[in-house]
Amino acid sequence: MASDKNLVSPDANLKPDDFRHIGIDERQAEVIQRESLSAWRDSWERLRQNKMAMTALGILGLIILAAIFAPFFSKFNYYSNDLLSTNKPPSSDHWFGTDDLGRDIFVRTWYGARISLIVGLAAAAIDLFIGVIYGGIMGFFGGRVDNIMNKISEILYSIPYLLVVILLLVVLEPSLGTIILALTITGWITMSWIVRGEIMQLKNREFVLASRSMGASSKRLLFKHLLPNAVGPIIVTITLSVPNAIFAEAFLSFLGLGVQAPIASLGSMISDSLTGWMYYPWRFLFPAILISLTMLSFNIFGDGLRDALDPKLKK
Amino acid sequence: MGMARYVANKFFYMVVSLFVLISATFFLMKAIPGDPFTAEKKIPPEIRARLYEQYGLDKPLYHQYFKYLGEIVQGDLGVSMKRLNQDVTHLIGQTFSASLKLGVIAIIVSVIVGVFLGMMAALYHRKFIDSAAMVLAVLGIAVPSFVVASLLQYVFAYKLHMFPVSGFKGPMYYFLPVAALSAQPIAFIARLTRSSMLEVLHADYIKTAKAKGLSWAAILSRHVLRNGILPVVTYMGPMTANIVTGSVVIEQIFGIGGIGKQFVEAIGVRDYTVIMGITIFYGVLLMVARFITDIAYVFVDPRIKLTGGKEG
Amino acid sequence: MKKSKSLLLMFALVLVIGTVLAGCGGNKNNANSGTNAAATTAPEGSTNTGTTGDEKLAADQTLRVNLTAEPPTFNPAQAQDSQANTVLKTMYEGLTRMNDETGQAEPGIAEKWDVSADGLVYTFHLRDAQWSNGDPVEAADFVRAWKIVLDPNTDPTAPYAYQLYYLKNAEEYYGKKITDFNQVGVKAVDAKTLEVTLKAPTPYFLGLLSFYTYYPVHKSVEGNAKWATSKDTMITNGAFTLTEWTTGQSLQVSKNDKYWDAASIKLAKIDFSLVNSGATELLSYKNGELDRAGAPHGEIPQEQIPIVQKELPNEFQRKGIASTYYYEFNITEKPFDNVKIRKALAMSINRQALIDNVTLGGQIPAFGYVPPGIAGADGEFRNAVKDDYFKEDIEGAKKLLAEGLAEEGLTALPPVELSYNTSEGHKKIALAVADMWKQALGITVNTVNQEWAVFIDNRQNLNYQIARAGWTADYNDPMTFLDMWVTGGGNNDTGYANPEYDKLINEAKTSSDLAKRQELFAQAEKMIIQDDMILIPFYYYTNNSLSKEYLKGVTLDFSGAIDFTRGYLLEH
Repeated sequence: MASDKNLVSPDANLKPDDFRHIGIDERQAEVIQRESLSAWRDSWERLRQNKMAMTALGILGLIILAAIFAPFFSKFNYYSNDLLSTNKPPSSDHWFGTDDLGRDIFVRTWYGARISLIVGLAAAAIDLFIGVIYGGIMGFFGGRVDNIMNKISEILYSIPYLLVVILLLVVLEPSLGTIILALTITGWITMSWIVRGEIMQLKNREFVLASRSMGASSKRLLFKHLLPNAVGPIIVTITLSVPNAIFAEAFLSFLGLGVQAPIASLGSMISDSLTGWMYYPWRFLFPAILISLTMLSFNIFGDGLRDALDPKLKK
Repeated sequence: MGMARYVANKFFYMVVSLFVLISATFFLMKAIPGDPFTAEKKIPPEIRARLYEQYGLDKPLYHQYFKYLGEIVQGDLGVSMKRLNQDVTHLIGQTFSASLKLGVIAIIVSVIVGVFLGMMAALYHRKFIDSAAMVLAVLGIAVPSFVVASLLQYVFAYKLHMFPVSGFKGPMYYFLPVAALSAQPIAFIARLTRSSMLEVLHADYIKTAKAKGLSWAAILSRHVLRNGILPVVTYMGPMTANIVTGSVVIEQIFGIGGIGKQFVEAIGVRDYTVIMGITIFYGVLLMVARFITDIAYVFVDPRIKLTGGKEG
Repeated sequence: MKKSKSLLLMFALVLVIGTVLAGCGGNKNNANSGTNAAATTAPEGSTNTGTTGDEKLAADQTLRVNLTAEPPTFNPAQAQDSQANTVLKTMYEGLTRMNDETGQAEPGIAEKWDVSADGLVYTFHLRDAQWSNGDPVEAADFVRAWKIVLDPNTDPTAPYAYQLYYLKNAEEYYGKKITDFNQVGVKAVDAKTLEVTLKAPTPYFLGLLSFYTYYPVHKSVEGNAKWATSKDTMITNGAFTLTEWTTGQSLQVSKNDKYWDAASIKLAKIDFSLVNSGATELLSYKNGELDRAGAPHGEIPQEQIPIVQKELPNEFQRKGIASTYYYEFNITEKPFDNVKIRKALAMSINRQALIDNVTLGGQIPAFGYVPPGIAGADGEFRNAVKDDYFKEDIEGAKKLLAEGLAEEGLTALPPVELSYNTSEGHKKIALAVADMWKQALGITVNTVNQEWAVFIDNRQNLNYQIARAGWTADYNDPMTFLDMWVTGGGNNDTGYANPEYDKLINEAKTSSDLAKRQELFAQAEKMIIQDDMILIPFYYYTNNSLSKEYLKGVTLDFSGAIDFTRGYLLEH
C-alpha cells in the first residue's frame, strides 16, 4: 500500500529488507476479542440502566406481540364489511369503532401494524445489509473504488424514485414483497453514505493507523475496527430507516400505490381517514397513535442503544 | 491534486452520471404500459397513428432514444406531449419557481432549528433540555408529513384563521407549508448533530483544548461545532434536492403547483418529454448539490483531502 | 447559556401548546358537528323566504372556484377533457349554446338557421359578434377552425377530429382519401352565412355545435402553432378572455367587453385555483376562499358529502347527470363468457345499500345503461323506456350461478379478479361489491388497484376479468351510450360482438324518425343488459356541489358540464 511507505520517515535510512514479517500472534488476537466481548456486555449493562430505552424496548415488544396476537381476541376480521354500521364510534362491540365500510378498526389497526412492521423491518434489514457492505467498502478503500461505487450509488439515487416504484408495482405482481423491494431500491443508499462518511473519518484515527502499521488485514481493519466504531451512526440510521420505510409505504398509500386493499397498513389507514378525520377521529387516531408510538419507541431505543454502545461516553 | 483538476474530474463524472440517468429513465419510462394518448374515451386508430407519427412514437425505441439524446446534447428538452405546444423548459421554470421559494426557506429553517436543537441537546446531555429537544425531534420523525400538514392546515388555517388554507400567492401562504416541509429534516438534523457532537465533545482533542485553557466559547466554535456538523453536511446534499424538487404531498395538500406535483402528473399521463425533462433537471440539481457538499466537506473537515481521503 | 436555555424552553412550550390546540380543535369540532347539524336544519324552511329579497350585486364580481386538474390546453382543436371544457366554455361561443334548463340548443353566434327537409343541410345566419380584439366573427372563422381539426397535417393532429366526422366527407378528408377541403361539408357562403352538409341526418347536431371542437378560431392562429400557450395570443369570442395563466399555479379569465351579449355578463373575473385535493378544496370553501366547490370542476370528498349536506343545507346542491357507473366483463374468456354467471353477479348486488353507505352521493340505482337526462323521441328516453331489465334477487342469482357453473363443468367459481383504477371512491365500491358477492354467492374476489393509464391499457386490451367503468354523454342522444357496443367499437372493451346489435345501431344511425330511433335504442339496450348482460349497471351519477348562497346564475347542463358565464354574486 502506498500509504504504508509514507509512515516511514524519509530521514531514516531503512530499506524494506530491514524489516521482518513476524505474523499475527493468534493468542494476542484472542485477547483483543475477549476485551471486546466484555465491552458488549458492558454496553448491555449500560442499556439496562437507561430507563427510557428499556421502556421503549418494552413498548416495542408489546406492539409486536399485539400485532401478532391481538386480532385473535376479536370476533371480527380485517376485511369483512358491514354496511349497516359504518363510521361508528368506539363501543363495547367495536373497541376502536368502525370505518367507512363498517370494518372493525381494532382488528385493522393491529393487522395494519403487523403489515407496517413487516415492511419497516424488512426494508431496514435490507438497507442495513447492502448499505453497510457497500458504504464500508467505499469508505475503506477510498480512491478509485470509492469514486466508482459512489458514482453508481449517486446515479441510482438520482433516478426518480416514483418512476421506479410505479414501474415495479406495474411490472411485478402488486404485493407486499414488491413494495418492500421498491422501498429498498434506493433506501440503502443513504445508509451507505453515512457508513462511508464515518469510515473515512475513522480510518485516519490513531488506533486504526496503529493496527494497520502492525500489519492488520483490510478485512480485519474493516470488521474489527472501523465498523464496530461506526456502529453509533449506523444504529441512528437504522432507527430512522424503519420509520422511513413505514412512512414511505404510507406515502405510497397517499398516492394510491400502497398495499392492495383490503389489506391494511397503518399508513394506508391514516391516509384513508385523512379526508374526514375531524368527523371520525377514531378512524384516524388509533392508527396515528400506534404509528407514532412505534416510531417513538424505535427512536428512543435507538438512542439508548447508541449511548450504550459508544464506550467513549462512559462516565 | 489542485482544485481545478478536482472540479474537472467531478464534472466529468457528473456528465457520465447524467448519461446513465437519462438512459435508465428513458427505458424505464417506456416500459410502463400506456402512452400520452391513452384515454378513457379511446382515440380512433387513424388519429392515434397520426399522433404517433407526429411525435415519433412509431419509430423503433432505439431510434427514439438516439433522437432524444441528440436533442438533449443541443440543450433542447422538447415540447410537452400532453400540454400541447408548451416547452418543457417553460413548464419546469414555472413550477420550479414555486418549489424553489418554498424549498430554500424550508432548508434554512431546518438547518438553523435542527442544528440549534441538536447542539443544545448535546451540550446538556442527559439533562432536561436534552430530553425536551429530543422529544421534539422525535415528534417530527414520528408523525407522517401528510398528517402534520393536515393538522397544521386544519388548526391554523381553518380553526384559527391565521393563514390561508391553500394557494401560493403571498408571504402568508408560506408559513404552513414551510412548517410541514421542515418538520422531518429538523428532526433528522437535530439527531445527527446531537449524536456527532456528543462524540466530538468526548474526543481527546477537546479534552486537550480544555486542558490548554482554551475558552469554552472558542472550543465550541473552533472544534465542536465544526466537527459536530459534519454528518449534517453529508445529509445536506440529498435533503436540498429533495426539498427543492418539492414534496409532492405538501404541494398537494396546500395546493401549490410545484415541480413535484407536476412530475407526478406527468407520470400519470405519460407525458414522456416532461418526465424526462424533470428527471434530468432533478438529476442535475442533485448532482450539483452533492458536488457542493463534497467541496464543503473539504473545507469543514481538514482531515479529508481532495483526492478523496488518502492521507498524504 | 441561560438565555438560550429559556429560549429553547419557550420554543418547546409553543410547540406543545400547538399540539394540544390541535387536539382540542379536533375534539371541539367533533362535538360541534352534531349540534351544528341540528341548529342549521331547524331554520331551513324559514331561510328560503329570506333569499327572495331584493337582489343587490356585490361590488366585487370576482368568482373564485377550483379546478382539480389544470386544463392541458386552451386550443379548442386540441382539448379533450372536462376541465378544458369548463374554462373554454367561458372563453368561446360556438354556433349554438346549450340551454341548461331545457337541454336544447339555442342560438349562440348563429342568430338563426334553416334545415333542409332531408335533415342534411344546415344554413346558419351569424349575428354581429366580435372577437376580443374587435374583429368581426365571420363564417370563415368556423371554416378555418374545422379545417384545422380535420386536417391530418395539423401538428399535432386534433385528437377529437372524429367529433367532426358528422360532416360530409370529413372522415375521408382526415384519412387523406380526399385532398380538397372544399369537398368537405362546410362552406362560408358569405361573411355571415355558413352552410353545413352532413353525412347522415343527425337529430342532435345542433347540440353538438355547442361543443368545443366546433368552436371558431381567430385568423391570427394561422402560422402560430403556440398561440394557445400564452394569454397574449389568445383571441376569443366568448363572454370572458384569458388574462392570467401560470402553469400549475393560477388561471384567471376576465370579462370580454366585445362579447355580443356582454350586457348580460355580470361577473368581472373568474379566478381558478388549481388544487387537486378534495379535502383541501372543501376546507378552502368553508374558509371562504372559494365561492363554489365540488362537481364538475372540483371535488368534495365522498365521505364528507352527507356531512356537508347536513352542515350546509342551503349551500348543498345535487343534480343528476347523464353518466352511468358500471362494471364490465371480459366476455371473451372463461368464466365470464357464460351469460348466466354474468347475470348472477349483476343480480346479487344491493345497489341502494351501496349508494346509501358507500358512494353517499344520492346516486340513482341503475338497471339499464342509458341514464336519465338523455333526450328521447319526446322528453327523456328513460321516461319512455323503463330500465327494468333485471332485478336484484339473491336466490335467483344463486340458481343462475349454479346453472352457469354446471354448463361450464365447474363446481365452484375460481377466484375472480376485479380491477379498478386508483381512486378512493372506486376502491370503496370494489371492496363493498366484492364483499356482497362473497356473502351472496360465496365467490372469492380479489380487488386489484391499478394506476390509471395501466388500467385503461389493460381494459382496452381485454387484459382483465371484471373492470370498473363509467361513461359520460358526449351529446344529448342515446346513441352516445349505445353505439360504443358495436362489434369492434373503439370503446367496446368487453369483446362483445353481436351482428343483430350492430344492425339495430346502423338502422338508428341512418334514420331521422325519432320514434323509430327510440324503439331501436330500446331494443339495443335490452340486448346488452337483459339478454347478454355484458356489463353490470350500478348507478346513474349525480353532481354534488356546494355553492355560497350569494352565488347565482351558474347552470349545469344534462351532462353535468358547468356554465359560469351568466353567474353573479350578491352582496354578502
